Amino acid sequence: MRDALSLRGNHALLTRANPLAKFTAVTLITLVLALSIDWVSASVALAFELLLLPLAGLTLALLWQRGWPLILAAALGGWSTAILAPDAGSVLVDAGIWSISAGSLQLGIGFMLRGLAIALPAVLLMSCTDPTDLADALAQNAKLPHRFVLGTLAAMRLVGIMAEQWQTIGMARRARGVGSSGNPYQRFRATLGQSFGLLVQAIRSASRLAVTMEARGFGGAARTWARPSTFSGLDAWVLLGGLGIAAAAAAAALGAGTWNLVFLTHQ
Amino acid sequence: MTDISAQHGSASRSSARRNYSWRVVDIVVAALIAVAGGVIFWAWSQGANLISVPVNALYPPLSGLYAGGWMIPAVLGMLIIRKPGAALFCETVAATGELIMGSQYGTTVLISGVLQGLGAELVFAAFLYKKFNLPVSLLAGAGAGLFCGLNDSFLPWGWNIAYAAGDKLAYIVFTTISGAVIAGGLAWLATRGLAKTGVLGSFASRKAATEPVFS
Amino acid sequence: MRSSPGVRPAAVTARGWGWRHAGRPRPAVSGLDLDIQPGERVLLLGPSGAGKSTLLHALAGVLGDGAAGASGAAGDAEDADETGSLLIDGAPPRAQRGRAGLVQQDPETQVVLSRLGDDVAFGAENLAVPAAEIWPRVREALDDVGLGRLPLDHPTSALSGGQKQRLALAGILAMRPGLLLLDEPTANLDPAGVLEVRDAVGRCLDKTGATLVVVEHRVGVWKDLVDRIVVLQPGSATDSAGLNSAVLIDGPPDRVLAEARDMLIGAGVWVPGYVPATRTRRPARDAGQLLLAAEGLAVSRERPRRAGLRDGFRTIAPRPVQAGVSVQVRTGEALTITGPNGAGKSTLALTLAGLLRPVAGTVSAAPALSGGASGHARGRSAGHSPGHIGGGAGTDPYRWKAQQLIARIGTVFQEPEHQFVTGRVLDELMFGPRHLGYGEDRVDELLERLRLTELVDANPYTLSGGEKRRLSVATVLAAHPQVLVLDEPTFGQDANTWAELASFLSELLDAGTAVVSVTHDAEFSAVLGGTELRLRPRETAAAAPGPELELPEGASP
Repeated sequence: MRDALSLRGNHALLTRANPLAKFTAVTLITLVLALSIDWVSASVALAFELLLLPLAGLTLALLWQRGWPLILAAALGGWSTAILAPDAGSVLVDAGIWSISAGSLQLGIGFMLRGLAIALPAVLLMSCTDPTDLADALAQNAKLPHRFVLGTLAAMRLVGIMAEQWQTIGMARRARGVGSSGNPYQRFRATLGQSFGLLVQAIRSASRLAVTMEARGFGGAARTWARPSTFSGLDAWVLLGGLGIAAAAAAAALGAGTWNLVFLTHQ
Repeated sequence: MTDISAQHGSASRSSARRNYSWRVVDIVVAALIAVAGGVIFWAWSQGANLISVPVNALYPPLSGLYAGGWMIPAVLGMLIIRKPGAALFCETVAATGELIMGSQYGTTVLISGVLQGLGAELVFAAFLYKKFNLPVSLLAGAGAGLFCGLNDSFLPWGWNIAYAAGDKLAYIVFTTISGAVIAGGLAWLATRGLAKTGVLGSFASRKAATEPVFS
Repeated sequence: MRSSPGVRPAAVTARGWGWRHAGRPRPAVSGLDLDIQPGERVLLLGPSGAGKSTLLHALAGVLGDGAAGASGAAGDAEDADETGSLLIDGAPPRAQRGRAGLVQQDPETQVVLSRLGDDVAFGAENLAVPAAEIWPRVREALDDVGLGRLPLDHPTSALSGGQKQRLALAGILAMRPGLLLLDEPTANLDPAGVLEVRDAVGRCLDKTGATLVVVEHRVGVWKDLVDRIVVLQPGSATDSAGLNSAVLIDGPPDRVLAEARDMLIGAGVWVPGYVPATRTRRPARDAGQLLLAAEGLAVSRERPRRAGLRDGFRTIAPRPVQAGVSVQVRTGEALTITGPNGAGKSTLALTLAGLLRPVAGTVSAAPALSGGASGHARGRSAGHSPGHIGGGAGTDPYRWKAQQLIARIGTVFQEPEHQFVTGRVLDELMFGPRHLGYGEDRVDELLERLRLTELVDANPYTLSGGEKRRLSVATVLAAHPQVLVLDEPTFGQDANTWAELASFLSELLDAGTAVVSVTHDAEFSAVLGGTELRLRPRETAAAAPGPELELPEGASP
């Protein structure tokens, strides 16, 4: 989990782009894809996104390792839509509360692809963006209040330690006779206890961290930045790329006549 | 020395409503509650996968029944920090954490986080940030759950956007119940337990364990 | 002079100063009168509850309402309360950001950012130092603390405890403070880490001439570095603050240590040259009965991963931190696991304790431990057999149910709070016995023996460090395990708790319990005697055949 928060070893091109530019590009793609549920716009975006993997320092194997739960989730989402969307066209399966028709199946497939096309750029974004750089950009470029941005960044650094403590507390409680086995209710109670233990440690750690930060002068109004967050020519290309992918996806779907605005799906 | 006096000036100006301004410790504790909430939910979901896959395959809206787990930070953060914006801030941080770890919702997870936090925040605001008892916690959890259900069912990026109307309604009812019980109820219990351990010593919630349940 | 980058040492003046924390009935400090001259190096001593940390926090300007609020504004009686004055160079600490720098005890929370250089720059940025001036300051500070060879983007999570504390020191040096405040900065470190940090502090003081105030109960570490010792006493309960001075003794180290030696020893301070008296072990008559045996053990905290679809979802074993360990645990014998940080000492202990699955090799319980029939060495508790939870529990402790485990192997974790499962000290002690169907007689004995009787109704989390440690040992022993595993039981403990613990364990050993402890504390191992298992660090462990087993002097023949 600790590795997830650092870019060590990743020197791909997109790691040098400003996080805000990357974020804006991803948001553009996401919003356009969100407008329509159709397999054409989703597939086009997905294809472009896969082409960008190397620029973010990702390979298909790495993506699979990190991303397979997302693929499973997208498949489940597609399935849900297929069985629960109002039927249109010939009914293929009908089993009581759920039924699949040609229309809902098409919707389900479109939905699954759309889910992937929305999830993938976010994975790309985070795999080539260091959280520290993101915080710098949010505070310096987006002008979000720096106390909140940096306070959050410092707290997030402890996620790895929290995950380790979760494991340690689990063992420590087993050594007290609280097992992770038993019936579901006992397990649920054991997990609640473990969660409480973690919360106590989280608040203790956070309180100490806050003292550390304040003792280093944090919390005042004025502050300088040792790492100025700046924009470069690369960022213009990133924005153009995002715009291009969004436009290509929409144009392809409109051209193919599959563009299917979400709000009109029921009519 | 000039910058220092400037800081002091701003501090004393805000002293009239000092209970509402965020200290560094408020920010860091709120953020780490959200982070720890993420770790806990991640650990829970490892086990919950066994349930969630068949539930989703059978009748997907039922998944709303455990959606409340995501909204714990919103209610818990507010119950502990007791400052305006705590629910919104914690839930947004939790969503950011999820985005960093890789989310099936992509960047739209941020919108979900903001909206869920807002659902809880509005309830606390309606009580003028003066009531943090069990009914208000349950309502705040329900508010977060309601907004979660609405986001998932009616906004373009919602995963249930294409459901038939009845299924959407079922889902929204489930997320609201789940928000009330899991996010509202558990967060309230946790706050009382935490107050007894003494870790809330520097927050207004340090007396939470002895406060009346209903008033 | 003022505009030069040099450091201007700070002076501290306290006049009748006192502080009551929010929500507490009594002040943490009251009636403090103290003058510290610029450049002085002061060691602050006193029993727990004397308000040493409160004073350091106040000097660091972090006490009270925090940055956004205004301290001293009108509030209800529950709010924090300050009396008298505490000034740095004649001004309140809160108004002088960066004039003082603070290093606390826990290394993990002394780090703010993920990259080494960023973390050092953080304080300077907050003081609005011009960006161009920050990086030279960062490099200089890193050089001063001996971390200059690491790249600026080195991940801070990869640093050892001692390195993290030195990093914290660098972060403070980059602010160019005139006052260095250290709150038990080495309490959580191994002996090598302690010296690393102490020496770095010494070098920096020599270079900058800054004033130092350090709180630490191991006097020996700092004695030669400081030129004055101030002993504080707990704030008086009476409301007439000032009658009773907060400063008990004040003077040059040698004089204070000579005059106040007995008082300091009584307060649990580690006075140089003093090893607390402990019970001596009875010489063993013959070799103990085998309870646990590890063969070719490889250990890791990581769980096996599932490979992806392409690799057929097979299991990938994690890389062990330590491998090829074979060791035996016997009744009435102590086993001490030592070695440098990162050698996997705790991981090995937790694996022996049945809490982690071995990566390779086996941990097997001998019939004397796994069998339910009798086998309990202590006379009184011999009747309580773990038999009702299945006669034989199998030989692999990792596969035992939690209740089978605690009746056989008890593990005391380094952080007592990780093991608390209830909200009350008595419930905490009753938890194990109740679930195992034992009687309560042993609980009363443990309460008495570990001085917890007064605390039965307290919430475990609210106890002091020493009390928590004693409670965590008592709760584990309440389940009558035959093997007791302890992870760094003496870390950060004062001399009184230390002596109590060592004596108590030596008693348990003589009564037949096996004690396995992970420790850096040579004096502690000497009290327990027995075998030492010395682990090599990971890098060399791969090359060498395995760890060494040694019998320290005074071990059983």
